[in-house]
Amino acid sequence: MEPIKIEGTPKTPSIKFMQEEGVIEIKGRSIPENSIEFYKPLVDWLEAYAKDPLKKTQVNIQLEYFNTSSSKCILDVFKKLEAIHKSKHDVVISWFYEEDDEDMLEAGEDYESIIRVPFKMVEIVE
Amino acid sequence: MSFNVKEYYSNLSKGDVILAYKGSITSELINDILEAVETKLEEANADSRLRKKIYNVLVESMQNLFHHIETYHEGINEDLDPKFGVLVIERSGESYKVTTGNFVNAKRIKFLREKIDKINSLTKDELKDMYKFILNHQRLSAKGGGGLGLVDIARKSGNKLEYEFYNYNDNYYFFNLTISV
Repeated sequence: MEPIKIEGTPKTPSIKFMQEEGVIEIKGRSIPENSIEFYKPLVDWLEAYAKDPLKKTQVNIQLEYFNTSSSKCILDVFKKLEAIHKSKHDVVISWFYEEDDEDMLEAGEDYESIIRVPFKMVEIVE
Repeated sequence: MSFNVKEYYSNLSKGDVILAYKGSITSELINDILEAVETKLEEANADSRLRKKIYNVLVESMQNLFHHIETYHEGINEDLDPKFGVLVIERSGESYKVTTGNFVNAKRIKFLREKIDKINSLTKDELKDMYKFILNHQRLSAKGGGGLGLVDIARKSGNKLEYEFYNYNDNYYFFNLTISV
């Protein structure tokens, strides 16, 4: 499986999906008008990865901003990870937020309450 | 007295305005406005929490315009750009006000009014539940909208959504939405 590496732009996050290391990373801003175009290949990649995942998958989500269009796509990403977790493979989602950003912490908690995968809330102190 | 875009816009732009725009709402315009506002808020030394809230509210309200504005408005006798919308950001004391304006088909008024009234009637926790329910149960439209924008705006701003529908003609109303952050 080829890894996915995408540089960030002002409206889309940087992406690292690496099968060999079992590392999934989404960082930056996710505010495109239509997020499906951007996230569809990522969700497809995870579906393929889910067929033979590593024993442990580490997921790092470090978003500065995301819009509501992205929020559904991020949920789709998490649902794929939930399926991997359900098939008895370790998955941990680390949700990073800046120390004063209660909205971002709350957004992480929203996902945590919907998705059955262990979440780790990580505060970034400057 | 009938509604007049020019008058409406000049009344809006009277306060401590940071940015005022009327014209086509395009993806590029949204980029430009976000960049400009980010710089201005940094210069104004706004608290970083407030800055993030304003930025979020701005993204959602402009993208709401982007997704919902009709390209052309038949029977509106004003010289309007395609996908016409209005955006004004002003400072009022310690807080900021984001106002958007756009023509809405008369058929959509009832739906919008009910949706906003519903959102305004909810407590913080009820809004959170509504957000989570829509997130988990509603699919994205082909355009990428998900019915979450207004709920998110209400959550992030922590204030009620102020709105007004001005009758323009039999087919159109002008929809004004003001969000205090």
